[in-house]
Amino acid sequence: MILVFVEHDGLLPSRSSLEALTVAGRLAGSTGVPLEAILFGQDAAVVAVGLGAAGVATALTLSHESLDEYAPAAWGRSLGSLAAERGATVVLAAGSDRGNEVLAYASAMADAAMAANCTEITPGEPFLVTRQRWGGSLLEDARLDGSPRFLTIAEHAVEPETATAPTSVELIAVRPEPTAADLRVRVVGRVPPKAGLVSLADARVVVGGGRGVGADGFGQIEELAVLLGGAVGVSRVVTSAGWRPHAEQVGQTGTRIAPDLYIACGISGAIQHIVGCKAAKSILAINTDRDAPMMSKASYAVIGDLHQVVPAISAEIRRVTGR
Amino acid sequence: MNVLVCVKRVPETGGRVTLTDDAQDIDTRFLGFTVSPHEECAVEEAVRIVGANGGAATVLTLGPEAATDQLRDAMAIGMDRAILLETDGRDWDPVATAAAIVDAVRAETEAGTTYDLLLFGNEAADSGDYQVAIRVAVALGLPCISGVKSLEIHDGVATARREAAGGWEVFEVPLPAVVSVREGINLPRYPSVPGRLRAKKKEIARSVPAPRPSGPTKLRLRLPAEQERSVEILGTGAEAAPAVVELLVRLGLVSA
Repeated sequence: MILVFVEHDGLLPSRSSLEALTVAGRLAGSTGVPLEAILFGQDAAVVAVGLGAAGVATALTLSHESLDEYAPAAWGRSLGSLAAERGATVVLAAGSDRGNEVLAYASAMADAAMAANCTEITPGEPFLVTRQRWGGSLLEDARLDGSPRFLTIAEHAVEPETATAPTSVELIAVRPEPTAADLRVRVVGRVPPKAGLVSLADARVVVGGGRGVGADGFGQIEELAVLLGGAVGVSRVVTSAGWRPHAEQVGQTGTRIAPDLYIACGISGAIQHIVGCKAAKSILAINTDRDAPMMSKASYAVIGDLHQVVPAISAEIRRVTGR
Repeated sequence: MNVLVCVKRVPETGGRVTLTDDAQDIDTRFLGFTVSPHEECAVEEAVRIVGANGGAATVLTLGPEAATDQLRDAMAIGMDRAILLETDGRDWDPVATAAAIVDAVRAETEAGTTYDLLLFGNEAADSGDYQVAIRVAVALGLPCISGVKSLEIHDGVATARREAAGGWEVFEVPLPAVVSVREGINLPRYPSVPGRLRAKKKEIARSVPAPRPSGPTKLRLRLPAEQERSVEILGTGAEAAPAVVELLVRLGLVSA
């Protein structure tokens, strides 16, 4: 049996969990074993019934007043014990913050190895995986031993697919018994996102600024982002210089974005930045240097000084839309 | 208040990377070395915490003799002492790395130094295993908060925030605890010349941990297939604006 930890918002599974289910579904199909899901929280069952479309045969729903809020150690403990109890051969999650965290706990508690951010799985003996290093700019072929095998699937590595043969999902409600020690780590408060701001990770358009923008040039970048209903993203140079908040950083140590269009202004394109924006459907690079590495990743380019090009684009949008 | 920070020596990559002939490592002949950005921030955070609360900050690494450069860098910005768990320079897997750190922490305790806070980077820049801090916490029976971008220590309690869906999740754990941090928690300072001079005189404790491979087992590295892309030049300078807006309309991002 393959067990997948599914993250959700109370209504729907997260996109990265659907990606993980897609990989898990293929693995289950090729090895002829059933696919099971595990979901936490009061609304777990609501989400779980919809997982038949992803080929899930059985969903374990766990709810408990002290771990309905995220509690990584307790969630990892429950995941690990259910995997052992039900004889899972592979335990899999999204390579998201939570997916990597919960699987790290489950595998550490089981004293088993874990492979983070895999892009390919070749089941059998030996069991082989390809995983991302350096945020995905380098790949590692590795052998993963142990039973079960714990692994996460790199975000944006596959397109989520629905199963060829949708199933009806058997729901099993499990009452976890978290220990006080595991419950030391849990979310005790939340600060909601600022209203009206488009989140960088979800934006359809991201307007990015790099060193070339300069400390005082971000007004132009913001203006274009607002006109397009998008978000501002910046390179690491910009956050390290303190020009913009770190929350805006796109890259290996910042946010991974996947917009329809990424407009990269004055960004040369170090690999640490590229791994953060390579999931964009298209990239438009605006740069004075036509040999900048960013150009080789872009579908479209404007050669020129962003300080002239960006305001001209904003002016043209205003003219065309009459705003 | 004693703080231990664990760091890893990694090559300073920027442009293209090339691999060694045996495909086991990045070819570092023309590269400098550093620690992961998250870990630079962990070091800075430790220096600030010890500065505000008193106590001592220790930096630890598992790596080759050459990793003493990174230990000196950390001591140059204010870490008090360093521990080198010396290896032959080959990669250790995350299970083995965590086990060696756990042994080192226990040895420190036996020698009379207990740590209130163990700081890590959320993930190493090179291997990106996302698990060493958690494995150490589980083995030592300590609570662990991951991915932290804001940390406050007050009356033996660590309050930490991390980004989640554009907002923040707040955690609170009693010390001793393990915290893995992300870049953005602070802006690390640069070492000063007097700091570098002081670092030369600080102690580096050394030991050689026994290798105990566990997994995942690295077989080979390879570069991802490059997507062939032909770039369409929309124009030069401000005159390109109409062509850009046509593209935005075509992509459905601007409605004319």
